[in-house]
Amino acid sequence: MALYNDKVMDNFLNPKNVGEIENPDGTGVYGSPVCGDMMQIQIKVEDDIIKDAKFKTFGCGSAIASSSMATSMIIGKSIDEALEITNKQIVDELGGLPPVKIHCSVLADHAIKSAIYDYAQKNGKTYKGLEGFDPDADDDDDHHDISKE
Amino acid sequence: MRQVYLDYSATTPVKDEVLQEMIPYFTENYGNPSSLYSGGLNSKAAIDKARKQLADLINADPSEIFFTGSGTEADNWALEGMADAMRKKGKGNHIITTKIEHHAILHTCEYLAAHGFEVTYLGVDSDGRVNPKDLEDAITDKTILISIMLVNNEVGTVQDIREMVGIAKRYKIPFHTDGVQALGNVPIDVKALGVDFLSMSAHKIYGPKGMGALYIRKGMRPTNFIHGGAQEMGRRAGTENLPGIVGFGKAAEIAKRDFDKHVKHSSEVRDYLLERIKDEIPDVEINGTMKQRHPGNLNVTFDFIEGESLLILLDMKGISVSTGSACSSKSLKPSHVLDAMGVPWEKIHGTVRMTVGDFTSKEDVDYVVDELKNIVIRLREISPINEEKGWN
Repeated sequence: MALYNDKVMDNFLNPKNVGEIENPDGTGVYGSPVCGDMMQIQIKVEDDIIKDAKFKTFGCGSAIASSSMATSMIIGKSIDEALEITNKQIVDELGGLPPVKIHCSVLADHAIKSAIYDYAQKNGKTYKGLEGFDPDADDDDDHHDISKE
Repeated sequence: MRQVYLDYSATTPVKDEVLQEMIPYFTENYGNPSSLYSGGLNSKAAIDKARKQLADLINADPSEIFFTGSGTEADNWALEGMADAMRKKGKGNHIITTKIEHHAILHTCEYLAAHGFEVTYLGVDSDGRVNPKDLEDAITDKTILISIMLVNNEVGTVQDIREMVGIAKRYKIPFHTDGVQALGNVPIDVKALGVDFLSMSAHKIYGPKGMGALYIRKGMRPTNFIHGGAQEMGRRAGTENLPGIVGFGKAAEIAKRDFDKHVKHSSEVRDYLLERIKDEIPDVEINGTMKQRHPGNLNVTFDFIEGESLLILLDMKGISVSTGSACSSKSLKPSHVLDAMGVPWEKIHGTVRMTVGDFTSKEDVDYVVDELKNIVIRLREISPINEEKGWN
């Protein structure tokens, strides 16, 4: 018996895209070690296409698996396509997460958007998918009282 | 693959000696202890024997031992039973406990608070100890019960119960202690301690699950908690868990007989684990004082990584541990014990409790540390946090 399904376990045990990019075009950091998870996602962009993405994550198995899956999902996509990815798609690609772990996918989704936001800011670009996005928005509020047991 | 169980404070395997003693009471000697024919009387005799075995372990009189369905039930009974009895006597509505109790106590106190009682939660120092002076300061003329655990389940700290009972006695306030982690691991003499109630559990001392007991000092009358038949001298209803009680009794007998051996072995293996971790893994912190501590308990923070991921990777290597990380709990709350000791949350998330016992060997420890070293390095490589960058 394992805590997570095979897909999540595989992404946790053999995570893809771990590391940092030298001179990244965008960096997004989200979460906080105080809350138990923090993700850093970096992207390399050429002609509005995400050529590479790397992550570093402090967190539980599903946070690491979500980071691995999320970075895999955006590599090769255009910025606009990457911005359309939702946390639900990350969960679906992972074959599902336990209810209390859904926030891990929210974190990954937010970290990606933060990295793209950073890229947009540095290059004076605007994207429809970033409208109303606040990279410093509070960590998902439901994090600490999802379940009352 | 080697399997190494390092979670003896969660539960223990049933020892073969215990199991063999229990088996006939499932299949051959199954009589209801309340029945008056020989099959029933034999069962009753077996329960009396077990009651004596458990009483001997804590220097109580057998008539002061009441079997329950768990340590949790014993805690609930002591607190709710005394709260009710004291309220009926018009004695007051104030209970004193600590921030580091097991949830069996904390959630019972929450329940009582919702029913008109006031609860004071004493804090602890960074070692995990309650200052007896804080207890004295918290006592009011409405205080009807004090409940302070003997040994903490997460960090293994032993409280100075004897001194605190001395304070309680001066104010004539009944004293309960949760002795679930203490039983079999630190010497318990209820007469010397002076406590009025002590909760116990069988599955922490190589006995069966679903078996607990409450020591109730002669003269104390908590209101009954489970109502029904006249079992347990009319104080705890329900047909007795005969094999469970027999197993608890045998486990208690062994705990008394092999006490010195058990403590020596556990502490030697635990200290070896501690030394190897300290020597071979950088950026670790030991939580709780190593003095007056549960002999098998080790609680370590591995900086810059998170406990649940560490737990799963250890599990993949056949190693079982537990963690104080929020991510591992259903409530997503980090350990309340480490929080009360002032451990910062980011460090609580990286905390692992390893508890050794009678079947843990030094070879097991060697295997664990070798695997642990690699796993910690691997997770630190994935982590965006390190000593250089700091925690932010």
